[in-house]
Amino acid sequence: MSTISETPAIGLTHGGSEDTGLGHRGPESKSIVVPYGFWLFVLSDMVLFSALFASYATLVHATDGGPATNQLFDRNLVAIETMALLLSSFVCGLAMITAKRKNMAWTQIWLVVTGLFGLVFLSIELFEFGKMIGEGAGPQRSAFLSAFFTLVGCHGAHVTAGLLWLGTMIAQIWAKGFRQDITRRLLCFSVFWHALDIIWVAIFTIVYLIGTLP
Amino acid sequence: MFGRLTLAAIPFDQPIPLITSLVVLLVIGGLAVWISKNKWWPYLWNEYITSTDHKRIGVMYIVLALVMLVRGFADGIMMRAQQAIAIGPSQGYLTPEHYNQIFTAHGTIMIFFVAMPFVIGFMNFVVPLQLGVRDVAFPTMNNVSFWLNASGALLVNLSLFLGEFARTGWLAFPPLSESQFSPGVGVDYYLVALQISGVGTVLTAVNFVTTILKTRAPGMSYLRMPVFCWTALASNLIMLAAFPVLTVALAQLMLDRYLGFHFFTNDGGGNSMLYMNLIWVWGHPEVYILVLPAFGIYSEVAATFSGKPLFGYRSMVFATLAICIISYMVWLHHFFTMGAGGDINAVFGIASMVIGIPTGVKIYNWLFTMYGGRVRFNVPVYYLIGFMLTFVVGGLTGVLLAIPPVDFVVHNSLFLVAHFHQVIIGGVVFALMAGYTYWFPKAFGFTLDERLGKAVFWCWFIGFHLAFIPSYLLGLWGATRRMQHIPDPSWAPFLAVELVGAAIIGLGIVLTVVQLLYSIKTRDQRRDITGDPWDGRTLEWLTLSPPPHYNFAVLPDVHGEEAYWTRKQTAIKEEKLIDEPHYQPIEMPINTPTGVIVAFFASVCGFAVIWYIWWLAIVGLIGAFAIFVWYAWRDEHEHIIPVEEVRANARERRRIRMEHLHSISQST
Repeated sequence: MSTISETPAIGLTHGGSEDTGLGHRGPESKSIVVPYGFWLFVLSDMVLFSALFASYATLVHATDGGPATNQLFDRNLVAIETMALLLSSFVCGLAMITAKRKNMAWTQIWLVVTGLFGLVFLSIELFEFGKMIGEGAGPQRSAFLSAFFTLVGCHGAHVTAGLLWLGTMIAQIWAKGFRQDITRRLLCFSVFWHALDIIWVAIFTIVYLIGTLP
Repeated sequence: MFGRLTLAAIPFDQPIPLITSLVVLLVIGGLAVWISKNKWWPYLWNEYITSTDHKRIGVMYIVLALVMLVRGFADGIMMRAQQAIAIGPSQGYLTPEHYNQIFTAHGTIMIFFVAMPFVIGFMNFVVPLQLGVRDVAFPTMNNVSFWLNASGALLVNLSLFLGEFARTGWLAFPPLSESQFSPGVGVDYYLVALQISGVGTVLTAVNFVTTILKTRAPGMSYLRMPVFCWTALASNLIMLAAFPVLTVALAQLMLDRYLGFHFFTNDGGGNSMLYMNLIWVWGHPEVYILVLPAFGIYSEVAATFSGKPLFGYRSMVFATLAICIISYMVWLHHFFTMGAGGDINAVFGIASMVIGIPTGVKIYNWLFTMYGGRVRFNVPVYYLIGFMLTFVVGGLTGVLLAIPPVDFVVHNSLFLVAHFHQVIIGGVVFALMAGYTYWFPKAFGFTLDERLGKAVFWCWFIGFHLAFIPSYLLGLWGATRRMQHIPDPSWAPFLAVELVGAAIIGLGIVLTVVQLLYSIKTRDQRRDITGDPWDGRTLEWLTLSPPPHYNFAVLPDVHGEEAYWTRKQTAIKEEKLIDEPHYQPIEMPINTPTGVIVAFFASVCGFAVIWYIWWLAIVGLIGAFAIFVWYAWRDEHEHIIPVEEVRANARERRRIRMEHLHSISQST
């Protein structure tokens, strides 16, 4: 993403800054500063999820006589759900490549496909939630289920927010083209989208795989 | 239509909150009329409310903190008065319900809306100047952070007039804070206000870590950064890693209260100790979020007023980072009585004592900085010395509390209350007052009155010791904290002394206001012409007071650890300034109302959630999303300051500096 004619970051009019990344030669350009800040935000989000994982681990056996993990989860359904999210991330990567080549049509197509896979993921999650609540295994049933719905639901809320963001990105690229500030935002979006994948892999392992062990 | 909100929410039957609210409304109304009459709204809107200038945002944070300090202090002295009166047969003037709200509000406000904005305000004002750059990494987000913080403060204060505040203590421990035992809106006010201001704090942390690591003047390598920037970095790293945990703990409590989840309830398998762990995983690092920048301020003060480089700069940096990391490993010492077992308690007890080592390193560094220096006894140095005397004792009682068997005896007693007030007032508040005096001339172009400043210091110093040292004894004798009524009449003299101490602190706060007004009135005699009133050593003293919007006409080239001091000494020796550089136009971020609009919708949404007005909450969310889209759609983010303006400004500064240089060389 870093090109030669970057707009300087705040304060940078003092000669040229070669992007050492360490900031010893004056303020870094925006193409460094903005994604760096966004990475920090993603890290803080990871801390948020780690607190939710810790809560889940603490409460996973607190079923209060209600259903436990291996009575609730359906590995096959979750496998499809996982594939949808991973494919969505892959397609998002394709969109980034086409965006780098400034190919409007393909970028838009891949972004829409990214969003569609995201929607598939969300629908399966909502279906699973609905089914569980219908069986009387809603979040009010026990501390374990409260922790489950909060952890997985928080990830789902992130995906929803990501989809809203994706919508505005599609509109912005369409209306304004591959301007530097817009592609920077697109880069941040893809970081966010991949980070949600990483968290999902942890959820898949800790909640679903371990939860369905015999 | 209005959820739970009815006319009964206004406390007609309780004269104290009712009259207070009316007075506050009158003051706000009076201010609004006064501002309108002088036609100051456009100025306020353009120069402060929508400003993306880190200096203006810093000033707004500190104003917010000072206003909230008055509120938090009012709560404090009401408690002290109640405890001095309600002894034996007397029940005092506050009912238990009201008293419980007051101690909850006192703690919540003092930590979240006094100490935090004060510290963040200094980081805003000082860090970019010390780094030699023109603003923080994300100026608009900085404005948003401030207004979210202000939104939280607004909601907490609204609880005085509409409904009630939590009666749970400042950390709202469940199961007491669950809807079963706290059915009112008090805990909801607490939760929503802290969530909103917490978002602002995380954004601040992102902003400042990026600023410090990625935007510094050319030549300013890590080990050339001033210590205040190092402490700000450590503090923001802690914020980044600790505040999300607070968000989780509070969100889970909200889910319990609003949707009937079972995280911390007594039934359904809930586990209230989970909340204790989560809240203190945030809560203990929070102490260091506050005290590390305070240490940074003392470091600046010690070096500047001793006329020497800071002793042991590198050890100071290492000590700061050591505290930054160890601060995560001690949270369990807040509840040794949980029953985690002797081994775990021992680990956390030892970890807590280990923090004393880097802190001790710092104390010796300050002492050795002063040793052999020509110490100028200005107001900030009073605070520095007062801090060292007070804080060392507070730290030692902390080491006592870190011994689990001792903690079992004195936990939740006034001994604990005395300890944390000693480290927070003696450590953080003294630093904030020192910083206020130290950087005030940089912000406004004139110094504060020294005589009144010293009077304020003595009020804080004497007042604090009278108000809290007796509590150590009372705690050892078995007085628990948060008592609305005192059963043992033999404690009465001690509590009376403490009330006197609180009144002396109150006098100090009044004198702070007097000092400010008097200094404004006599500002023409106390102008800071040169921009360097204290013979400073760091880059903020290189530019004018107050600095231009863009801080530096040309980013300074940094050579060595004390960037400005080196440059100043060279200029004095050679009797000339550095050659006039080549000026260029400067690109600066434009003003934006985004922050204040986002905060408006956040407040509306938060208020709606507190009172169960769901349609309004949805309106608030849609509004917030709309402003996000609108902001993203904007095309103009920066404006250009023409080179003529930059050059004229810089030449004026050089002329002043040259005059100053001549006056120095003539006098020596």
